[in-house]
Amino acid sequence: MPKRQLRVGTQWLYVDEAEKILKGALRIREEEQRQLQLTGHVQSWWRRYVFSTDHKWIGIQYAVTALCFLMAGFGMMLLMRFQLAWPGRSFHPWIAQFLGAANAPGGIMLPEFYNQLGAMHGTVMVFLAIVPLAVGAFGNYVVPLQIGAPDMAFPKLNMMSYWLYLPGGLIMLSSFFIAGGAANSGWTSYPPLSVIATRGQDIWLLGMVLLITSSLLGAVNFIVTIIQLRAKGLTWMRLPFFVWAQLVTSFLLLLAFPPLEAAAVMQLSDRLFETSFFMPSGLVISGTPLERDGGGNPLLWQHLFWFLAHPEVYVLILPGLGIIAEVIANNTRKPLWGYRSLVYSVVFLGFMSFVVWAHHMFMTGMGTAISAFFQTTTMIISIPSVIILSALLITLWGGSIRLNTPMMFALAFLPMFAIGGLTGLPLGLAASDIHLHDTYYVIGHFHYVVAPGTIFAMFAGIYYWFPKVTGRQMSERLGKMHFWGSLIFINGVFFPMFLQGLAGVSRRLYDGGAQYAHAKPVLHWNLFMSVSAFLLLAAQLPFIVNFFKSILWGEKVGANPWEATTLEWAATTSPPLGHGNFATVPVVYRGPYEYNFPGHDLDYYPQNLPDPEQPVTPAPPAGGGLPQSAVAQKES
Amino acid sequence: MDSHAHAAAAHHEIEIPYTVHSRPDTGLYNAKLGIWLFLASEVMLFGALFSALILIRTSAPTWPKAEDILNVWLAMVNTFVLIFSSVSVVLAWANLRLGNLKWGKIWLWVTLLCGLGFMVIKAVEYTEKFSHAYYPKTNNFFATYYTMTGLHGLHVLGGMIVFLYLILTADKWWGTKRAQFTNRVEVTGLYWHFVDLVWIFLFPTLYLL
Repeated sequence: MPKRQLRVGTQWLYVDEAEKILKGALRIREEEQRQLQLTGHVQSWWRRYVFSTDHKWIGIQYAVTALCFLMAGFGMMLLMRFQLAWPGRSFHPWIAQFLGAANAPGGIMLPEFYNQLGAMHGTVMVFLAIVPLAVGAFGNYVVPLQIGAPDMAFPKLNMMSYWLYLPGGLIMLSSFFIAGGAANSGWTSYPPLSVIATRGQDIWLLGMVLLITSSLLGAVNFIVTIIQLRAKGLTWMRLPFFVWAQLVTSFLLLLAFPPLEAAAVMQLSDRLFETSFFMPSGLVISGTPLERDGGGNPLLWQHLFWFLAHPEVYVLILPGLGIIAEVIANNTRKPLWGYRSLVYSVVFLGFMSFVVWAHHMFMTGMGTAISAFFQTTTMIISIPSVIILSALLITLWGGSIRLNTPMMFALAFLPMFAIGGLTGLPLGLAASDIHLHDTYYVIGHFHYVVAPGTIFAMFAGIYYWFPKVTGRQMSERLGKMHFWGSLIFINGVFFPMFLQGLAGVSRRLYDGGAQYAHAKPVLHWNLFMSVSAFLLLAAQLPFIVNFFKSILWGEKVGANPWEATTLEWAATTSPPLGHGNFATVPVVYRGPYEYNFPGHDLDYYPQNLPDPEQPVTPAPPAGGGLPQSAVAQKES
Repeated sequence: MDSHAHAAAAHHEIEIPYTVHSRPDTGLYNAKLGIWLFLASEVMLFGALFSALILIRTSAPTWPKAEDILNVWLAMVNTFVLIFSSVSVVLAWANLRLGNLKWGKIWLWVTLLCGLGFMVIKAVEYTEKFSHAYYPKTNNFFATYYTMTGLHGLHVLGGMIVFLYLILTADKWWGTKRAQFTNRVEVTGLYWHFVDLVWIFLFPTLYLL
């Protein structure tokens, strides 16, 4: 049967097509009406979607941007893994053309380009992907909702954070296109190498200054928001653990980043004005003595860098732990075990993270007394991490566990993060670090913390909060496919690194260790790891499909599909942009994880539900109804 | 009238609690807490530079005698200029709190001019050093001198820009959001005290010790 057609103006359209266009227009109109009712005016497209000051939209901006950078960083790693699996083999002509003759003449990767990829993979993943995703995206979207706030404390500053982050990231990536390519001195940028490196290092430093400034503004904003804008009744010990994690994270960013900013300024000065902050006297480069006054100290950079970069590791993991805590409490249907211990541990962890940095420097000859000190603090900091992990594990005991996709990722996070954490202990002891330092063991350890650790937590968070953001549920079937593929192949990538590292294979080899006799027995793992990495890419396809498919056609859900207790689920489904997250200003009556509350008829007891004997204030509507009272709230 | 203007403004901006008035349990309005946190990060920034100076200097075999190369008297004048500007910014805030816009603005101008005076004197000092071919690359003494005073100078400049903005928008804000304007002067003043304080550490460290 031919499809029915319809004339619109001078054009003929199929009926279903016309319906789709009409529905789209109506949706925009509806959204505008909703906004008009809430704020009294309709913002321009630019103010709403580009230079938005709304924490939810900025959170979405951060999420999408960070996921793109995550993919870019992953792509760089895949190029490196290709080279490591088949050293000197030429790429497919298309890829070779994309990389250009300067980087891969004849399709074969140059060692210089390998170094650029190594430095930029680390930088992109840490500073452009994970931190913006964990803090910028999840923090921005979820924290104000979880504390019952209308927005962040400084919405314009929030916009500025994003608009420093994006140019910072783009500037950094643009350095691939200049002569000499991108920064190639490792993500740690140790001098003197980084000071005499190609122009890309300047771009790297410039990008870092922008990113650091962005993080600082964000950190101030988060701390003020959490301290000042908590809803009535939301006392410190009623805060969801995720908010605590974000608060500690923000303090780390606030206090650890400025020393790196100072160091970046000094390194830039060393490079541009030929000062010698980090340049020792009598340096000879390729047989030529360097014309510098000298007297600087390369170790100074390492101290300043790791003073940031160690707390940065906790910036990478704490928001992840926060997400996991939320997901686990929700899906075991019982309160978190040891909530107070978790809170005290995360605060102590944050404090201790400032006094462990030099365990990255045992091999620099800084002296046994200092090594002993940092060895001790490193052992101490493992205690709160173990407390947190144990508390999460014990929470599972006796719970009626729902095995949905976010929970699967959360459950996998626990052993993965444990492997990452425990393999860190031998690195924190100077004696064993002598053997293990700068090998693939370090790479394995760190990636277990961040990849199947933090990134799994990020995935759990995406699946968990997706219905809040879009009003639609992600597909469980595709989610499970994504989960199992990721879990298997990510271990295939990272576990053999421990074996290679224990055998003494260095982390920075262009040929993957082929030139070293001691690497022979473990060299075959290179192919295994690379194939696992490519399959890991394939395992992400269900996620990408799921993500876009669910935005458009996912199953529509109400405001609280997971039957959760925290405040973000009291907000309307897919809260409108611009103003007013809540129909009524929420008031908090109890702790964050009151599942199976004795005497309460449902198995969850939302934080904002008044106790029955107290005078009742009207609860917010469960669905996405038009909140009339928001107008009154604004004008009061 | 004030509440009416307030409601009109609300149509264009999100109403964030405690923007103007203090939250009872913390005793702070948002911007004041924000500026204190920002200053904490600034302490870490300059703290890192001071630490770097200590490390480089203690490991250097020789270190120039600062008073022979740098102009101590000019720097001392500058110290008093900045200290005076810290007083004047408090006077500006106090006058605004008392509802006296005219004197508030006058003291803001005085503060701004002090900042300008500081920068002019600093420029004279820099020019003198350049004329003797003392550049950052000359040695680590000058590298730290230029980096630390330069970064401090940028902070002074940033403060001056904010003061100029406050002066130029004072009348507009005074009509509609008086309390918020006064708060803005207060938090800028806090920042300005910090910039002053950094100089009070820089002056003896670089010029006298």
